[in-house]
Amino acid sequence: MTNAVPLSYYLGISGLLFALGILGVLIRRNPLIIFMSIELMLNGANLAFLAFSNAFHVLTGQIFVFFVMTVAAAEVAVGLALIVVIFRTKHNIDVDVLNSLKG
Amino acid sequence: MNLSAMFLTLVPLVVFLPVAGLLVNLVFGGRLGEKAVGAIASTASGLAFVVSVLLAYAVWIGNGVTVVVPFADWIQIGALNVPWAFRVDTLSVTMMLVVSGVGTLIHVYAIGYMHEDVRYKNDLGRYRRFFVYLNLFIALMMVLVSGDSYLMLFVGWEGVGLCSYLLIGFWFEKDTLGRASLANAQAAKKAMIANRIGDFGFLLASFTMFWAFKSLTFDTVFAQSAQVAPGVVLAITLFLLIGVTGKSAQLPLYVWLPDAMAGPTPVSALIHAATMVTAGVYLVARSAPLYSVVPAAQTTVALVGGVTALFAATIAVGQYDIKKVLAYSTISQLGFMVAAVGMGAYVAGMFHLVTHAFFKALLFLSAGSVILGMERGHHHLAHGEPGGEGEAAFDPNDMRNMGGLRKQMPATFWVYLAGTLALAGIVPWAGFWSKDEILAEALQRFPAVFWLLTAAAFFTAFYMGRQIWMVFFGEPRHAAAGHAEESPKVILVPLIILAVLATLGGAFNLPVPGVNFLTDWLGHTIAGVEAGSFNFLVAGLSTVLALLAIALSWFLYGRKPLEAGEKDPLQRLLGPVFTIFERKYWVDEAYAAVLINRYVDLARFLAEVIDARFWHDWFHDTVIAGTYQWLSRTVLSQGLDVHGIDAFFNGLGELTKRASAGLRRVQNGFVRSYALAVLAGIVIIIGYLILK
Repeated sequence: MTNAVPLSYYLGISGLLFALGILGVLIRRNPLIIFMSIELMLNGANLAFLAFSNAFHVLTGQIFVFFVMTVAAAEVAVGLALIVVIFRTKHNIDVDVLNSLKG
Repeated sequence: MNLSAMFLTLVPLVVFLPVAGLLVNLVFGGRLGEKAVGAIASTASGLAFVVSVLLAYAVWIGNGVTVVVPFADWIQIGALNVPWAFRVDTLSVTMMLVVSGVGTLIHVYAIGYMHEDVRYKNDLGRYRRFFVYLNLFIALMMVLVSGDSYLMLFVGWEGVGLCSYLLIGFWFEKDTLGRASLANAQAAKKAMIANRIGDFGFLLASFTMFWAFKSLTFDTVFAQSAQVAPGVVLAITLFLLIGVTGKSAQLPLYVWLPDAMAGPTPVSALIHAATMVTAGVYLVARSAPLYSVVPAAQTTVALVGGVTALFAATIAVGQYDIKKVLAYSTISQLGFMVAAVGMGAYVAGMFHLVTHAFFKALLFLSAGSVILGMERGHHHLAHGEPGGEGEAAFDPNDMRNMGGLRKQMPATFWVYLAGTLALAGIVPWAGFWSKDEILAEALQRFPAVFWLLTAAAFFTAFYMGRQIWMVFFGEPRHAAAGHAEESPKVILVPLIILAVLATLGGAFNLPVPGVNFLTDWLGHTIAGVEAGSFNFLVAGLSTVLALLAIALSWFLYGRKPLEAGEKDPLQRLLGPVFTIFERKYWVDEAYAAVLINRYVDLARFLAEVIDARFWHDWFHDTVIAGTYQWLSRTVLSQGLDVHGIDAFFNGLGELTKRASAGLRRVQNGFVRSYALAVLAGIVIIIGYLILK
């Protein structure tokens, strides 16, 4: 496989994914969507890792991606459990309604 | 070093032996018991007498030598140099012998007399306190007579005044009838204050002396007495006279001595008859070189003495209290002595001082024995504890309660009679020789005083005769007198010794060349002493007058004894004049009206107006307290604290509160806005890192 696609393209898509993730976190009120957006940000970062790994021929970036995916999976497990518990007590999972920790 | 020189170095012991006695009693007396306390005190005084005898021997061997024994440095300030030195000469040794000799007898007597106080409220401390004071008195009297300067003399002078105060007020919680009262304490205070006036004169004399002579030591002062202006010496001697009138109870300061009889009888005998009150006579005799320079001062002293002698003798005629009669008699006899030393008849004065110490101590102590006998008779009747329930107010001192005591108390009667004959001046008792010497000298030097003293001698014999008839003859006028009992031996033995001395004491100075020992003896110390000649006219006149007075007293009081409740026969005879005597010329009342009440008014004015209203209410409360309150309340509290410090810290708190209220809005609970804040923060940081 040749270097048909330049590094900057990957990084552009990576930044786009990350920005979309941020936008999703900031705009959406459904925690499931927010989680998805966080996944989007993490995968944006993963894409950057992979791109650099491929470009500079260093395996460290690919190893790091595995870690990130593991952590993301664990995070989603914990997060979904929290959402279930919150729904049981509040009968609602809208993040804007969950503001009882305000000052 | 020969024996007599060694004896002379013992002289500090006359002061320190009594001090040792009092210290032993003070430290151990509480545990030793009654007998030991009395024995220790008497031994201390007795040893002081032994030392005095050794000193007398040494002076006699040294042919009347004057020795100054330096002891310690005391005051050295600029030109003033006052060491503590002991002066041993014939005059001081005579005084030491009298003080310690009579003092020891009175210590022994007091062991018996104070027995009632042993178990006072189950506390031996009171009995011990008496002997501690008594030893302290002996020590300070020794300081007085042995001092080598006017200042050392003054130390003793003040010290014996203190002891006098302490002992007059010994029974401070009651009056002479044993009732709870302040009377005894007030008598003590009166003595203190009257003496303070006299001491003020003494101090002025000392200041003048130092100003004129730059020294207070006897020899230095006397050596210069002829070199300064006579007016200065006159001032010094007259100031000293004020001191003498205070201490020796002369007109006009004598008023404290009759009240001093509130003290226990041994105290009256020792301090207020035999020793302390003669300190004034000693002072004039000691200051003979000063007085001999200024005849005007001598005249004044002699007149004060003569007038006092007659004045007090007339008061004694009208008294009923056995001790008050003797007190006025003491004032009168002190008048004799002061008149004698004032006229320059120093030996006659000192001679009378010695014999008077014997017979007046004897009279007081036997009066004490009479009082004890009366009290025992009274307790016998009351069948109760002394001072307990069932005991009516009863005056054991009042001669109107007595009568017929000759039968109950024979030994006391005989010694009392000896003292009376000595005081009345009957041949050959001691008082005859000494009084006669004064009278003979007075006729020669100062006839006016001679007549005053002769009249006084007549009254003396009369009031003593009156006392003998009233106390010892006739029938008991009170049941207590009927049950009176004789005193124990410890009381009688000192009385008998004193009676012998009062009888034979005249032998010290018989008016015959060769046997006038005291004249020779004192002649070594006092310059210009001549042997008194025996004047048969004077002796005859005074003896006749004395016998006449005794006969008159028998006619009034002895022929038909006084009945209980009866008026004094002399009152029928003299009428209002007797009332004047009885009320003591209203001198106390006059002093109260003219001086004391005015002083109290002034004190009250100062207390209520100046102190309370002006000083306290206005100055302190309004000015000082008000200013402080204004300062603290208005300026510091309101101004500085509330509007300054409080406002600053309250403002600080308010600021924090508002800032936090503003910041609190940031924490709004919307997770997404936090996420936005985090994003913004990251953008800023990264932006900073990139654009840096």
